Amino acid sequence: MDQDAQSPAPGAPRARDIRTTKNEVAVDIIDVSKWFGEFHVLRDVSLKVMRGERIVICGPSGGGKSTLLRCINRIEDWQQGRVIVDGVEITADLKTIDEVRREVGMVFQSFNLFPHLTVLENCTLAPIWVRGLPKREAETIARHYLARVRIPEQADKYPAQLSGGQQQRVAIARALCMQPKIMLFDEPTSALDPEMVKEVLDTMVELAMDGMTMVVVSHEMGFARQVANRMVLMDAGQIVEVNQPEQFFSNPQHERTRLFLSQILH
Amino acid sequence: MVAQLAYVRRELAAPMPPPLAARGVFGWMRYRLFGSLLNSVLTVVSLALFVVVAWPTIRFLLIDAVWDGASRADCLPETVGRPVGACWPFIARKFAQFMYGFYPSDQIWRVNLTYFLGAALLAQLVIPRVPYKATNAILFFGVFPVVAYFLLVGGVLGLEHVETRRWGGMLVTLVISFTGIIVSLPLGILLALGRRSAMPVIRLLSIIFIEFWRGVPLITVLFFATYMLPLFLPGSWKLDGLLRVLIGVVLFAAAYMAEVVRGGLQAIPRGQYEGAMALGLGYWRMMGLVILPQALKHVIPGIVNSFIALFKDTTLVLIVAIFDLLGQLRAAFADPNWATPTTLFTGFAFAGMIYFAFSFAMSRYALYTERRLSTGR
Repeated sequence: MDQDAQSPAPGAPRARDIRTTKNEVAVDIIDVSKWFGEFHVLRDVSLKVMRGERIVICGPSGGGKSTLLRCINRIEDWQQGRVIVDGVEITADLKTIDEVRREVGMVFQSFNLFPHLTVLENCTLAPIWVRGLPKREAETIARHYLARVRIPEQADKYPAQLSGGQQQRVAIARALCMQPKIMLFDEPTSALDPEMVKEVLDTMVELAMDGMTMVVVSHEMGFARQVANRMVLMDAGQIVEVNQPEQFFSNPQHERTRLFLSQILH
Repeated sequence: MVAQLAYVRRELAAPMPPPLAARGVFGWMRYRLFGSLLNSVLTVVSLALFVVVAWPTIRFLLIDAVWDGASRADCLPETVGRPVGACWPFIARKFAQFMYGFYPSDQIWRVNLTYFLGAALLAQLVIPRVPYKATNAILFFGVFPVVAYFLLVGGVLGLEHVETRRWGGMLVTLVISFTGIIVSLPLGILLALGRRSAMPVIRLLSIIFIEFWRGVPLITVLFFATYMLPLFLPGSWKLDGLLRVLIGVVLFAAAYMAEVVRGGLQAIPRGQYEGAMALGLGYWRMMGLVILPQALKHVIPGIVNSFIALFKDTTLVLIVAIFDLLGQLRAAFADPNWATPTTLFTGFAFAGMIYFAFSFAMSRYALYTERRLSTGR
């Protein structure tokens, strides 16, 4: 299994051709195994994510995609193997976990906005309390990112007053306010009404254009084709195939990939 | 001819006001009071019940009441020449005793000053519009208890020392309930967090503490604190009687509070923890900024329930010879100078009104807070 970044295909100037650096490793997952009780959810999973790379992980549910993603910022722990994020190996030492979480932003399927805080307060909470920024500066940053996800006018509303798509864009802005080096997306559009998927995907495409390192668990294949440098298919807790998008979609190598694609691409 | 199957709306339907029958006072009465036969019967019965209860109460408290007098003779039906309701002169004459117990009468200004300081600080804290909340909170929770302690106990700055044995009435009720309320909430929160902790030792200790104090009646706690505790303490240790009771009440209330708060914590979805963790918030910040504000908001009714229960339970200190409001009241009943057929009812009505005023105020303020903090989820 090739774990190095694939060089981008020549020709068509697409989002995934835009790269910042090729050689620095952003996330290094080495032989990670995890069990839920007796159930072996991650089986010797290894994956290298290069800086500026965008990886889309897909696969059947229960395959371990989300679990793998959540290991990168240690929301989920593992029993064997190593995870190195931005040069910092995550250990039982809380300091390394804090350090990694400061640099890794995450967007969840169910948004996980804080309902008791306004949109602006959601965005300034971590910059103020984790980064120690003065309130005014944190608010300037928050308004900047809210403008970037195109909802600057909602800053003083509460999450419950927004639509699903708007909430997810706030969640993206909230993560960006920490100015992370890496962004993780855990099925960011699965909980949205069909009419709202596009606005969130557009935001993510823009982010990709800016060269953000992204690991995305998603079944939005259009999005994947547009921005992914590499596709990953996971099934039964293992990585089944890692491939360039062209290859992945037009000429999948593994039978499981072929089956999966035939199920979701009608 | 073919039936037309397709339909395309040409213009949007405009909104219209609701029909007249659903609006105004009559609409409201028709739907809410007399909507069905059962509804109408319940309305009439409730009204009748209200009149049956309210009228005698008003007669007793106001119309038939005696307002002036110097002794029991003025409250006797034979002297007044009509049926007699409440004997208010009894309350007026005993008022100082009900409020301060046997606190020296020339020192009562100290109690009043404490009340005034407490009320002024509390008012600034509970009115959302008043600024400097952080400063006020420090003053009320940090500075005020110390000031109040020295003001009430004395022994410093030329203030005469007043033993807690001479405290009584409303003073004792307020001291015990306010201390109980203010200390039990943070303690309860810590215990609730401890009970949900991932650390087995902390969890076990929290569970043991909570289950022990919840498993024992308050009366037992008070007896133990008053009569047994001194036997266990080294001879040189001397804990003030009121302080011992205070500690017992606080720990007892904290155990109940812990379970209320735990209920709130359980209502917070896992995603909130994950969202906070992913942003890099550590345990205490995650709890303090994200989880607890939501959890406590969910359980405001339960918290206030505990506060009110605690406020009324303070009266149990009577059994360890500390005379709170109700204790002073009962002591006053024994005064032969005021023995009339209605003295007992007058006294209890008076105490009832005081307890009701405090409890109702807490309840309404809680309701107001709930509405204020509601963010539509």
